[in-house]
Amino acid sequence: MSNDIVTNHVINLIDKDVRLDGRKLDQFRDIKIEYGVSAKSAEGSALVKIGKTEVVAGIKMEVGEPYPDKLDEGTIIANVELLPLSSGEFESGPPTIKSIEMARSVVDRGLRESKAIDFKKLTIKKGEKVWTILIDAYSINDDGNLADAIGLATLAAIKDAKFPKYDEKEEKIDYKEKTKKSIELKELPIPVTVLKIKNKFVVDPVLDEENAMSARLTVTTIEDGRICALQKGGILPLTPEDIEKIIELATKKGKELRKLLK
Amino acid sequence: MPYNKRFDGRKFDELREISAEVGVIPNADGSAKFKIGKTIAIAAVYGPRVLHPRFLQDPIKGVLRCNYNMMSFSGSGERVRPGPSRRSKEISYLTEKALEPVLDLSEFPSAVIDVYIELLQTDAGTRCAGITAAALALADAGFPMKDLVSAVALGRIEDKIVLDVSKEEEDFEGGMADIPVAMLPRTGEITLLQMDGLVTLNELKEVLKSAKKACEQIYKVQKDALRARYLK
Repeated sequence: MSNDIVTNHVINLIDKDVRLDGRKLDQFRDIKIEYGVSAKSAEGSALVKIGKTEVVAGIKMEVGEPYPDKLDEGTIIANVELLPLSSGEFESGPPTIKSIEMARSVVDRGLRESKAIDFKKLTIKKGEKVWTILIDAYSINDDGNLADAIGLATLAAIKDAKFPKYDEKEEKIDYKEKTKKSIELKELPIPVTVLKIKNKFVVDPVLDEENAMSARLTVTTIEDGRICALQKGGILPLTPEDIEKIIELATKKGKELRKLLK
Repeated sequence: MPYNKRFDGRKFDELREISAEVGVIPNADGSAKFKIGKTIAIAAVYGPRVLHPRFLQDPIKGVLRCNYNMMSFSGSGERVRPGPSRRSKEISYLTEKALEPVLDLSEFPSAVIDVYIELLQTDAGTRCAGITAAALALADAGFPMKDLVSAVALGRIEDKIVLDVSKEEEDFEGGMADIPVAMLPRTGEITLLQMDGLVTLNELKEVLKSAKKACEQIYKVQKDALRARYLK
């Protein structure tokens, strides 16, 4: 394929601080967030577009028994599907390692470690009944940087969500009736993926740039600047100096993205 | 219990609001979004491309492979488990059969045309919305087609034939007959027909008559969507 030519071109450009689409190295594409895209079905939903990359996320809520070691806590379950609808590169079948990595490192870990959701507040009856928040994100079109789009979409969907009505006597959820109660988000853990291409650092890569990376680091930060999740990817190693630069960049960009969700 | 007035106030032969848009997924060779009421289907076409594993290839003609899927938050009750179910497999198969008659697959020996259908939100009529979206996506991908395919679900509730059944009607207490129909709108030939419930022959005739009229309306929306993209 002609991929080598494109990849070399991308690398040579970035070395001169130039990108394929004319952006600066630390510049995101246009971001669009739409809430309630599946309002009839989901408890919460949102669509996020970053340039041509598009992701939808939805929230369903169920009532179940708590884990035996956490009797007064509800929980979240995060799932990411990289749909073959969204790219010729994705295939049907069980979750791939790429989608599992995104579900765990981008969605689940960010929310859990930042303590964005107070799991104790998901308790209906200690030891017996707790809410589980089921978070599902789907790729609609992959033009690079799905991870950050999924991060934004899942947060937006959680913000959009309302608890369904729960009848404690009947122990049944009435999914047709939503209450006014939202899921309280105490933090907005924003994942930002930074690529190292040659010796430069790039945010919000398009596909051709992803193919040219030597390494990537997804850094999830919260409002006060602390880091709540890290995930390194790519073939080549990063130096401690690289990591410092990446974290500074990701923190700065995370602040910008957080504003979009407010 | 007589059914004299529809839950959403529509006439018995009235469609919900419908809209269509093609070219919604830049990566795909063809794509479309179709909304009917609150049901939203997105379809993407990839191919013709090489079919793996090879034993699935047909040296005489290409293979049309459809995949219908409800996003896990798109159901009306609990979360739908991701991955294929018996229901989604059957619908995928019926979708293939509904679309195949308009394509000339002999042009694409040993290849596969993949059609992926995702439901973002559902309020009944999902297989029909999926087929309608998929037909548009195939046209958007530039396949020579004898006709488009338009589809709609009808029902019999008590003594009434109802067009474009909603979820509320599907769950009608006294029971109902659910009849999804896909049609080649120019010839009126039927490529999908299923029925759950009980109907008389006369009722079925009425269903098919109503389906024909509705598919003509859907066809118009489909054509307009293609025009909007290609005849600017």
